[in-house]
Amino acid sequence: MQDVVLAMLAKEPAHGYELRSRLRAALGPLGEAMNAGQIYVTLTRLGKAGLVTSQRAEGLPDRPERRVYVLTPEGQQRVATWLAEVNWPKPDLAEFHLKLVAAATARLADPVTLVDAQRREVLRRLRDAQRAALDRSMDPVAGLLLEGVVLRLRADLEWLEACERLWAQHDPTGRKAGA
Amino acid sequence: MTGSTVLQARGLSMLYGGERALVRAVDEVDLNVPAGQSLAVMGPSGCGKSTLLYLLGGLQRPTDGEVWLADRRIDTMSERALARLRRDSLGFVFQSFHLMDELTAVENVELAALLAGQSPGRARKRAMYLLDRVGLADRARHLPSALSGGQRQRVAIARALSNEPLVVLADEPTGNLDSAATLDVLRLFEELRTAGQTLVVVTHDPRIAAVADRVIAMRDGAFVDDVASAATGTLYDGRR
Repeated sequence: MQDVVLAMLAKEPAHGYELRSRLRAALGPLGEAMNAGQIYVTLTRLGKAGLVTSQRAEGLPDRPERRVYVLTPEGQQRVATWLAEVNWPKPDLAEFHLKLVAAATARLADPVTLVDAQRREVLRRLRDAQRAALDRSMDPVAGLLLEGVVLRLRADLEWLEACERLWAQHDPTGRKAGA
Repeated sequence: MTGSTVLQARGLSMLYGGERALVRAVDEVDLNVPAGQSLAVMGPSGCGKSTLLYLLGGLQRPTDGEVWLADRRIDTMSERALARLRRDSLGFVFQSFHLMDELTAVENVELAALLAGQSPGRARKRAMYLLDRVGLADRARHLPSALSGGQRQRVAIARALSNEPLVVLADEPTGNLDSAATLDVLRLFEELRTAGQTLVVVTHDPRIAAVADRVIAMRDGAFVDDVASAATGTLYDGRR
């Protein structure tokens, strides 16, 4: 979040509420859950770290909290470093995989039942994302993010199908069926 | 919005092969589809979902069990009665569109109504209305060969709606479509769902299942999971 806020300040100094609406526009429906106070907490932290400074803006006496935030040279440096970083979120499938292995080994539960439950959850998320993506009024930039979410959920479902195939063939003694 | 049962199966089974290599394509399936429900049956290739759809639509006869459409039992009907019922009360959408290549889009859509004895004027008017509804009013005079895959499938959906069917049955309707065309078809299904059209779609495309009211998972000819979609979504709760 800190890096994102810094990068959004790189174009020009801005009020907190401007940053917030820019973020929400870029996130589309996924931005709706964004906490209103989050941006201000982040800005305060960035200020303490010396990455931004702020000044009270003039000319708007009727509204409270008119601070304009500006990147410091350190902040600019940090944005450059962030952009150059190669980083990609890893889907963590190991835990669920191990849950299936443990369930089958100790006969705690039928792995296929666990797969079914997981599929319901992934389908539910896919439904939300897919329905949002069908909205024709969606901003194409925000739509791109949704497309990524949909693609990843589809990949998860495909993997769950593979899990189901394997565990449905496994007999309860833990040996592969037909082996 | 859902109401009384429109489509029902009881103990539905379809067996292939002899005693030594018996395949239970559909294995004692019970199903109730209420009016207005959009139902997706999902499962891997070969799980029996297409066979199930053909049995429900009277395109194949089951080895065992019953199929009821509204209050009529259809699996024991004569071929002739069944053909009439399919023409009057069911709409079909297939993966490979099954349009008549030598007929224009509007002619494809109005064909069933003409065969049912409707006047050409009325049939044409309704066909144009349906093409407009699927966003293809300006393609009405095109032959299928001049349309993209997604457009052809939308014509096929318009055709499926021409007789105001009790149920639309669709077999992998996005199976041959690219991503953008899939989105168009999904939008259309979402509109039909909202309009209260009863829909049964068999698919392995989770995007279709994702916009259905109810999702059934099928494996080895039987239902293994049956989920009504939760009411409202929370898109961004919890991290993946």
